[in-house]
Amino acid sequence: MPLRRFLSFRDFDWTLLGLVLLLCAMSVLEVHSATVHTKFASFGTKQVLFIGAGLVGMFVLAKIDYHRLIDWSPWFYGIFVVSLVAVKVIGHKALGARRWIAVGPIQFQPSEWVKLVLILAVARYIANIGGRNLTWTEIFKAFGMVGVPMILVLVQPDLGTTLTYAPILVAGLFLGGINLRQSLILITVGAVLVGGVWSSGKILKPYQKARLTSFINPGNDPRGAGYQVLQSEIAVGSGGVWGKGLEKGTQTQGYFLPIPYTDFIFAAFSEEHGFVGAFFILLLYFLILMRLIQNAQTAADLPGSLIIMGIVAVLTFQIAVNVGMVIGLMPVTGIPLPLMSYGGSSVLFTFLALGVAMNVRMRRFVN
Amino acid sequence: MDSSFSRGEKLSAVKLAFVQYGILLMMLGLAAGLWRLQVLNVESYRVLAEQNRIRKEPILAPRGKLFDRENRLVVDNYPSVTCFLVREQSPNVDADLPLIAHGLDLDLEQLRATLRRFRTQPGYQPIPVKQDVTADEQAFIAAHRNELPELETIDEERRLYPRDGFAAHLIGYVGELSEDDLNNPRFAYYEPGDVVGKAGVEETYDELLRGQDGSREVVVDSRGREVGYFGIQHAVPGQDLKLTIDNDLQRAAELALGSRNGAIVAMDPRNGEILAMVSRPSFDPNEFAVKIDRADWNKLVTDPEHPLLNKAIQAQLAPGSTFKILMSVAGLQEGVAQNMHIVCTGGWGPYGYFHHCDRKHGPVDINTAIPYSCDTFYYMLGDKLGIDRIVKYATEFGYGQKTGIDLPGEQAGLMPSPDWLIKNFHHRWYPDETLDVAIGQGAVEATPMQLARIIGGIASGGHMVRPHVVFPNELSSDFYKSLEDSFPGTGEAYVPIDPANWDIITNGMAEVTEPGEFHTAGSAHLEGIDIAGKTGTAQQMSHEALAKTNKGRATNPNVWFVGLVPRRNPELVVAVLWENGEFSYYPARIGAQVVAAFVNKKRREAHNLPPAKAAAPVEMGALWSTPDSGPGSKPGAKGATVARIHSGHFFVDGNGIVAEAPKAAQKHETGRTTPQAAASAKNSPQVAALAPLRQKEPQP
Repeated sequence: MPLRRFLSFRDFDWTLLGLVLLLCAMSVLEVHSATVHTKFASFGTKQVLFIGAGLVGMFVLAKIDYHRLIDWSPWFYGIFVVSLVAVKVIGHKALGARRWIAVGPIQFQPSEWVKLVLILAVARYIANIGGRNLTWTEIFKAFGMVGVPMILVLVQPDLGTTLTYAPILVAGLFLGGINLRQSLILITVGAVLVGGVWSSGKILKPYQKARLTSFINPGNDPRGAGYQVLQSEIAVGSGGVWGKGLEKGTQTQGYFLPIPYTDFIFAAFSEEHGFVGAFFILLLYFLILMRLIQNAQTAADLPGSLIIMGIVAVLTFQIAVNVGMVIGLMPVTGIPLPLMSYGGSSVLFTFLALGVAMNVRMRRFVN
Repeated sequence: MDSSFSRGEKLSAVKLAFVQYGILLMMLGLAAGLWRLQVLNVESYRVLAEQNRIRKEPILAPRGKLFDRENRLVVDNYPSVTCFLVREQSPNVDADLPLIAHGLDLDLEQLRATLRRFRTQPGYQPIPVKQDVTADEQAFIAAHRNELPELETIDEERRLYPRDGFAAHLIGYVGELSEDDLNNPRFAYYEPGDVVGKAGVEETYDELLRGQDGSREVVVDSRGREVGYFGIQHAVPGQDLKLTIDNDLQRAAELALGSRNGAIVAMDPRNGEILAMVSRPSFDPNEFAVKIDRADWNKLVTDPEHPLLNKAIQAQLAPGSTFKILMSVAGLQEGVAQNMHIVCTGGWGPYGYFHHCDRKHGPVDINTAIPYSCDTFYYMLGDKLGIDRIVKYATEFGYGQKTGIDLPGEQAGLMPSPDWLIKNFHHRWYPDETLDVAIGQGAVEATPMQLARIIGGIASGGHMVRPHVVFPNELSSDFYKSLEDSFPGTGEAYVPIDPANWDIITNGMAEVTEPGEFHTAGSAHLEGIDIAGKTGTAQQMSHEALAKTNKGRATNPNVWFVGLVPRRNPELVVAVLWENGEFSYYPARIGAQVVAAFVNKKRREAHNLPPAKAAAPVEMGALWSTPDSGPGSKPGAKGATVARIHSGHFFVDGNGIVAEAPKAAQKHETGRTTPQAAASAKNSPQVAALAPLRQKEPQP
């Protein structure tokens, strides 16, 4: 019925979509600029296709009632944990890590999808508790829920994606009702654990450790682990206020920036468009996040709010870590910048997550 | 919906506000980070980005070629590959050094020493580690791109000199600037590693020959691979120069001097054009073109015979009897010598010390004094003139002063005077010393160049010239002016000589080479050639002193000959110096060979005759023409000889035939020199320095 569909999409967040598409346009521009003189020259076009597919996915997901998604989330959870194990066993090895499984012609990276599944699963779990203070048992269950896929992804090894799961848990616990004493204890235990993992030397590979620390003083080892940080800082810094212009970034075009179309796309963009351009991107992100939080506030019920806040948590974490990495404030972790970095899995995840958020917003007056 | 969630259950607004402020704070933090990099530190990062990305690669300008007066190539260039080491391109250069040393066939210690010398330079400064990289070594560098990213190669044009040391002292050589050189104001605008002329024509005309290096702003990726270039500034090739030397005459002079220590200068006294200049022992300038080995260098500079010294302009020795020409001019011009009729009884000793003459010449006057070279006559003439008048004439004609030839390092010689003696030795001039000076001994010192100019000038009636090795009309007037300032000397001068006196002196010099009793240079007689000249024999020091200081070295005197053809207004003057010469008459014969080559060539040209065949050598004169008689060559054309000279592998051997190292020549025909070829040429017997020259010296 046309009328009903019209009514439904009237509540679609067109403002948010506009902001997102503006960001996507920037992404396509920069992916094209960073790859046009390389063998990856087709990536700009591919990125457009990914965004198109993401938009379709977003609208499809927006149509499916998020309550149904929440009900299905345990199944999703189970399926994806199995697929993560499958990746470890039969996965396609790329750059020394098994993260992909091939399904026909499409390479499939389940670890990105797990984020969405975890957002739904955690929202369901926390919402079921119903807003009261959490018991230790409930906290541990939440930890287990997020911890199992984290460990599976960490052994791929994919430290970056592993870390992006953590904010889902943190947001869930924080918004769900953890008290101050519990959080202090958890932080202390967490610190001790991290210290233990760090010094054990078994769980983290040496290059991972080096990447995590080299941002503190990249000059120590400009050819090794600090190289990427240093080149990224040079790219950003040499961009100046107005930037060097599209396709004129010397760091970007001269292969000094590592993978300037994915993880370091913000450095490439900052080099070619300067402080003005970079600030504009940050502003877009800020507006998108604020808009999402507003949607969380106006959501019809607690799980809806929790889903959106899970998405906000993941996006915020990725932005902070990626941009922080690019400007030398954060370690190199291989976390893509949502909506900017080239890559099907990343783009698709973000659009699907936005689709769920739209879903929540569209149903704020419906029951 | 089976959902159990109730509508209206909301998240705490405080917590959401907390999240919002948290995100705002994070964004501000990131913006501040961007501000720090992009606004506050933009300049330093721009510098880093520049260094990162654009490597300024020099395009080396090919040096100007050198030709002889007949446009035959003397000095050429050849393409060569040099390997550089860029320290900042490798995480650990020190660890790579053994592999580099092995792959490039370098001495590890020497490589380390090279790097130590550059340790104060920035890491992006390329350090030249090996020149004339062989094909194998290039393959090594290419194969180890990833392991040894610090190695870079650059193509350049390298100097190719005649291989046997042909005209080596006149041409000079190029070399890399050392750090010490950079302190020299002359090299203020150069950079370490720049190749500059360091001797001879290469040094004097460096500014013209070097051209202007261009550069390419190469864009490199993080592995140092070239991905394109931004700007290109083309190199301006150096100016080619035409030398005044005549290859044929130069060759004749090289052959005539053979392996004897000494020098030959052949000059056209009408205009000062140097036609040949030889100094012995010689050296191979090609060893300098490729960076000379420290050991080889030490060998050259510590050699007691000073191979690097251009004796034609730098050897300052007592002129001996050649000084008697100046004495004759002074005596005649002063009206003293005409009236002297003496009897030589084997010497003269008016002041207590008996000054010997080498023979008892009997009655001698000015007409016979020159051909007899009678010391007694000149003792008496000197005594009559007195030191002051001798000094006056000697100074007018240029003794004790540089000639101003356009070659670096010319020495002034020495003309002693009473003033000079008091200034330097604080004692009065004794009349005995005048007698020594009168026969060119004592403290008098002259260079072969000076003698050629002075005696050539006297034979030209007092018209003195500024010797030069490059045609002045090839140069801009500004450059010529600065050249005159840089090489001050007596230059062009006219010292009038009375025609009657001129006749007496030139006739006397012509008598010298005529066979006859007491004539000193009968060996230089050439049938049908009006050759004049004067011999000289100069004791290096007293025999007693020699006996004390001599440590197994030759005790023979230095012998001279200055030859002229024709006797008046000569077209050629040849000064020959043979250090520690065995026969006092021998330099005259050496000079005569050069004169003969010159005259024969003139005659052939005058009669439009083809060059003589190598198969039928005609006395000495055949030497000049054989080089152009190679297969398929025409006289004056760029024949096989030119091609060989072009290739740098031509050797003067005793037959006057251009020989070549077969392998080397073959390589050259493909248009590319490889160092293997050069190495094989070095080992080839034909190249064994001047051995063939020695074998074919004419027997006395």
